[in-house]
Amino acid sequence: MKGKWSVLALALVLGLVLGGCAQEKKEEKKEAAPAAGKIILGVAGAHSGDLASYGLPTVNAAKLVAAAYNAKGGINGKQVEVVPQDDQCKPEMATNAATKMVSDKATVVLGHICSGATKAALPIYKEAKIICMSPSATNPALTQSGEYPVFFRTIASDDAQAALEVQFAVEKLGLKKLAIIHDKGDYGKGFAEFAQKFLTEGGKAQVVLFEGVTPGAVDYSAVVQKIKSADADGVIYGGYHPEASKIVTQMRNKDMKIPFLSDDGVKDDTFIKVAGALAEGVYATGPKDISKNPLYAQALEEHKKQFGSDPGAFYFEAYSAALALLNAIDKAKSTDFDAVTKALRSEYVETPVGKIKFDARGDAEGVGFAVYQVQGGKYVEVK
Amino acid sequence: MDYFLELFFGGLTRGSIYALIAVGYTMVYGIIELINFAHGEIYMIGAFTALVVAGVLTALGLPALAILAVALAAAIVWSAAYGFTVEKIAYKPLRTAPRLSPLISAIGMSIFLQNYVMLAQTSDFLPFPKLLPEIGFLKPYRAVIGTSEIFIILATALSCAGLTLFIKFTRMGKAMRATAQNRKMALLVGVNVDRVISLTFIIGSSLAAVGGVLIASHIGQINFMIGFLAGIKAFTAAVLGGIGSIPGAMLGGLVLGWTESFATGYVSSDYEDVFAFLLLVLILIFRPSGILGKAPTQKV
Repeated sequence: MKGKWSVLALALVLGLVLGGCAQEKKEEKKEAAPAAGKIILGVAGAHSGDLASYGLPTVNAAKLVAAAYNAKGGINGKQVEVVPQDDQCKPEMATNAATKMVSDKATVVLGHICSGATKAALPIYKEAKIICMSPSATNPALTQSGEYPVFFRTIASDDAQAALEVQFAVEKLGLKKLAIIHDKGDYGKGFAEFAQKFLTEGGKAQVVLFEGVTPGAVDYSAVVQKIKSADADGVIYGGYHPEASKIVTQMRNKDMKIPFLSDDGVKDDTFIKVAGALAEGVYATGPKDISKNPLYAQALEEHKKQFGSDPGAFYFEAYSAALALLNAIDKAKSTDFDAVTKALRSEYVETPVGKIKFDARGDAEGVGFAVYQVQGGKYVEVK
Repeated sequence: MDYFLELFFGGLTRGSIYALIAVGYTMVYGIIELINFAHGEIYMIGAFTALVVAGVLTALGLPALAILAVALAAAIVWSAAYGFTVEKIAYKPLRTAPRLSPLISAIGMSIFLQNYVMLAQTSDFLPFPKLLPEIGFLKPYRAVIGTSEIFIILATALSCAGLTLFIKFTRMGKAMRATAQNRKMALLVGVNVDRVISLTFIIGSSLAAVGGVLIASHIGQINFMIGFLAGIKAFTAAVLGGIGSIPGAMLGGLVLGWTESFATGYVSSDYEDVFAFLLLVLILIFRPSGILGKAPTQKV
């Protein structure tokens, strides 16, 4: 009996807290509703459920950026209001959230968070001509399919690393015949397949060898010989550093001096430690270092001040997206879809992830990865 | 032709390492019918010992050949001590137990040793010094076969020849063969069976240590997990050659090394393991006791 009472009491307390929250929200809404109309910044994503930790930092970012604009008197005299919609990263809930956004007359939407949910929601935004900008949906097809002119994102897509690598190998290094080796794992093979796709589509260089090696094998001499007999003038490796250092060591010991390019899994100091002097000259792509950006520090500081904690996943991408969206509305001096879209594609904006604008497909230019090379025992960014 | 030779020597190098480890599996199996799953870890411990010793000696500034000799000797002694101790702790108390018990004990020992090295050393990959010297006049040929590969092949050939002579012509070798044939009868005619078993573990472990040091020096890196895959492959080689037969293990190692190398070279490295195990299946279908294995005689 006692148990039941305490549960009831708990439910009451929780109910009160929830009621309190709801009331607070209403007040907030009232405050932010000036007569001159307003700009509604919809924020869609996982705000509850298993993946809430991916979505909630975006809400915080949106609130901070909106508050900053409102403090300056809003955009074109209009106040910015943040309206969150929860989709729990579920496609079926994402369509509901998107419909709600449309009926709430959202000016722009920051979200969604997960690629699957984003994909489900996009047709609705496309129909209603509402710009949707995700800080975290990395599925390549979202932008590359060209189906969603309303979609933008401030994070690099899954294939961006391979695209950069191929571009670097073909254009900077002028390689013509590339061997692609991977470790058969999700990450390594995925990377290798994208690299192969870009090389074949680009048509400027050919793939002379595409093979997977067994991680942890005693040695890789056979595959190294195969690279040599395929007459490759460069190797792209998808995988992690233990296999990469073995392959590089064996290549160099066989007097093969062709460039070796790899991915983020190899851009690790252990690789240099293990391969030693033979690591010199190896290229690897890795995320751009944004921690020295003053806006990064500023966004971090604002979050700490307002919420008393370190920001969570995709916070900086979301902060950048909110800045980019509001900046575009500001620059376009209108909330008209075509004008804002044009501004997004033409006006550079300073954000925590760098100075960005968007390309025709909606990917942020200047975001994501950089090429590094081992020089003098450490990775140095190649400009 | 060059390509064929390169693959041939690559396979021979890899096969030599398999052979060195496989001999330990097969000897232990021949004498106490136990698959010593901790054997791969002994190989790994050998390589780690050489790494530590070589590190100290390099700091002292000894010449390269002396470092190689001392590190190799230390690895052999240390691994042999481990092999000996593992047998005393994990297998001897279970000698009369059902066959499954020492097998489980062996798997436990393997996991224990891996984690012990991980905690005592590191879980990271470590660079391994190039202990095998580069011989000047061979340098032009190193695209086909490097000095360290020649070292590995020669060392394996010497070890295997030495072992064969030992088993054929010494009293202890004879005792080993007797124990392998029938442990109880050997005991009755006065063979110190415990000593024979200990010696078997010591010899097997020493050979694994040689393999560990050579390959680590050849590829230049080491990690606490290296024994796992090498152990599995060497065990496959031992079964391929006929478990219990020492020449069989050597042959099995080479055949496996060549199969993998040529499968990679002429088909695809994606199918390296597929071909290796396909070969195993085929051989076991047509010769259930392996290439050189003898069909077990029914003891009535």
